Amino acid sequence: MAIDSATSLAKLNLIAPVLTASGCAAAGKELDQFFDITKIGGIVTKSIMLEARSGRPTPRMAETPSGMLNSIGLQGPGIDSFIEKDLAWLHERGVTTIVSIAGNNIEEFGRLASKLRDHPAVAAIEINISCPNVANRGLVFACNTESAADVVSVVRRNVSPGMPLLAKLSPDVTDIVEIAQSVKAAGADGVSVINTLLGMVIDQKTLRPVLGGRTGGLSGPAIRPVALRCVFQIHAAMPSFPILGMGGIRNGKDALEFIAAGASAISVGTATFGDPSAPMRIQNELLQDIENHGFESVSDVIGVAHKGDN
Amino acid sequence: MANQVKARLISNKKVGSYHHLIFAGDGIATGVRPGHFAAVAVGDENSPMILRRAFSIHKAAEITSRGSTLELIVAAHGPGTSWLVAQQEGAIIDVVAPLGKPFALPKTPANCLLVAGGYGSAPMVYLAQELIARGCKVDIIFGAGTESKLFDVLEAKRLARYFEITTDDGSVGTEGRVSTAMPAMMAKGETEAIYACGPMPMLQSVADLASKSNIISQCAVEESMACGIGVCMTCVLPVIGDDGITRMVRSCTDGPVFRGDKVRWDEIGTVPADCLGAPKSGGH
Repeated sequence: MAIDSATSLAKLNLIAPVLTASGCAAAGKELDQFFDITKIGGIVTKSIMLEARSGRPTPRMAETPSGMLNSIGLQGPGIDSFIEKDLAWLHERGVTTIVSIAGNNIEEFGRLASKLRDHPAVAAIEINISCPNVANRGLVFACNTESAADVVSVVRRNVSPGMPLLAKLSPDVTDIVEIAQSVKAAGADGVSVINTLLGMVIDQKTLRPVLGGRTGGLSGPAIRPVALRCVFQIHAAMPSFPILGMGGIRNGKDALEFIAAGASAISVGTATFGDPSAPMRIQNELLQDIENHGFESVSDVIGVAHKGDN
Repeated sequence: MANQVKARLISNKKVGSYHHLIFAGDGIATGVRPGHFAAVAVGDENSPMILRRAFSIHKAAEITSRGSTLELIVAAHGPGTSWLVAQQEGAIIDVVAPLGKPFALPKTPANCLLVAGGYGSAPMVYLAQELIARGCKVDIIFGAGTESKLFDVLEAKRLARYFEITTDDGSVGTEGRVSTAMPAMMAKGETEAIYACGPMPMLQSVADLASKSNIISQCAVEESMACGIGVCMTCVLPVIGDDGITRMVRSCTDGPVFRGDKVRWDEIGTVPADCLGAPKSGGH
């Protein structure tokens, strides 16, 4: 007997618990040649900004042990082109689409949100307040409870009350629970946990940073224990607050750990670079693993790692 | 449309400084054209090397006695490529192909010059065969640092109308770079189209020589990639579009073959100030 694969992130109902991670699936089209993207929980699109953006100079990538650094710098076509081309395609394809947005300032987040307001293709908005690849570290809004809350409030004010909002958090903070609490109070319906960790690689020949942007975001299996700890801490503090868990998930067993730690759904990111069918494969493996454990539904597993804790 | 195939390694032979690998698997050769590339997973499913390695396709055949086959030329540069060339025949390896945009072929017979540096010669015999089948005349220049870094010389020599080798150390052929041999070859062959594959500085010199003679060059670039399928945005370079606007474009899906006169070679590794969406101040 197949288990019930449905899950939800606050007001967002999903047919299955596996989504793509922002920045690792573009806007879905490229992955659709490797698996049917309507069969996973959904596509989280690459963070889109108000204007077209070139991103950073190359090299933008360095492989690290069980991980990679990226220094893309939010390259993208801008929100108008995104709505006209990418979102239109996702809508026509019938994909559950979570649109990730990133602003240079709080006002831009508001304008991005209002452009997406009432768009029929938008199932939810992920507010990227934690991209590490920005020149001004002061603009990593997720590093501060007040700025994190300010961004979420302005997005909340610019979308309809029923629009699910997820705030994407950075692990590069002293207390991630505090940030999660502040975005919840500001109107987020859930959190995406975690974005990449800020990292660096030095070139052995030149003894200078490899990446054009010098620092980059670390992702992949190397960060999985950090991500899992963040999910666990937030769920422990706020058991009813939905979490989209991510960070180095490479197979169904990795995904199962996140669900057990308290994630209601998970995103597959960097694994897609190494295996373009990873989101579908991992979803199949996860559902099989859940069944093998004797559970009847995904929702039965959410947070079971906390059983017996006070 | 790319296929992801669990392929069997059916041959692994050392050729000079490189390894010539042949993979067999259903669908592995489907739709392959010269200039396409393949992305190969390295290590097992728990490998600490989490990204694929990209290689220009040497040859592809849909029907052989061993099924569909795909051939790659691999230079063992780092841990991933070293793992790959150490694999025994019979190993099952995950291959995604074909990827990228292939070389555009002339609609009418033309005098074509093919220029390659090092293992950049990997797709050139395949390309030469396709061009000859279309009635083109094919001239070839292969260059490398030294003799062991040349690949496919005999096949190229057999197919070419005029053929020349250059090496940096003079160990074989003319001492110097491919650009040294190009002007005379272009005059002799009355070149109308140029195809190139090799290191970026070589491609730049080929593109410059082509532009000076008002000849279109098609250059297959080599950029570091994480995904190879167009989702990661790491393999970008500044390219001028048909509308005259420079964009940071993906070498995996918009390339790897670009018109040499459209690539801003001097600015690879930077974001030109007039590029679409370039930072106004302080960087991205």
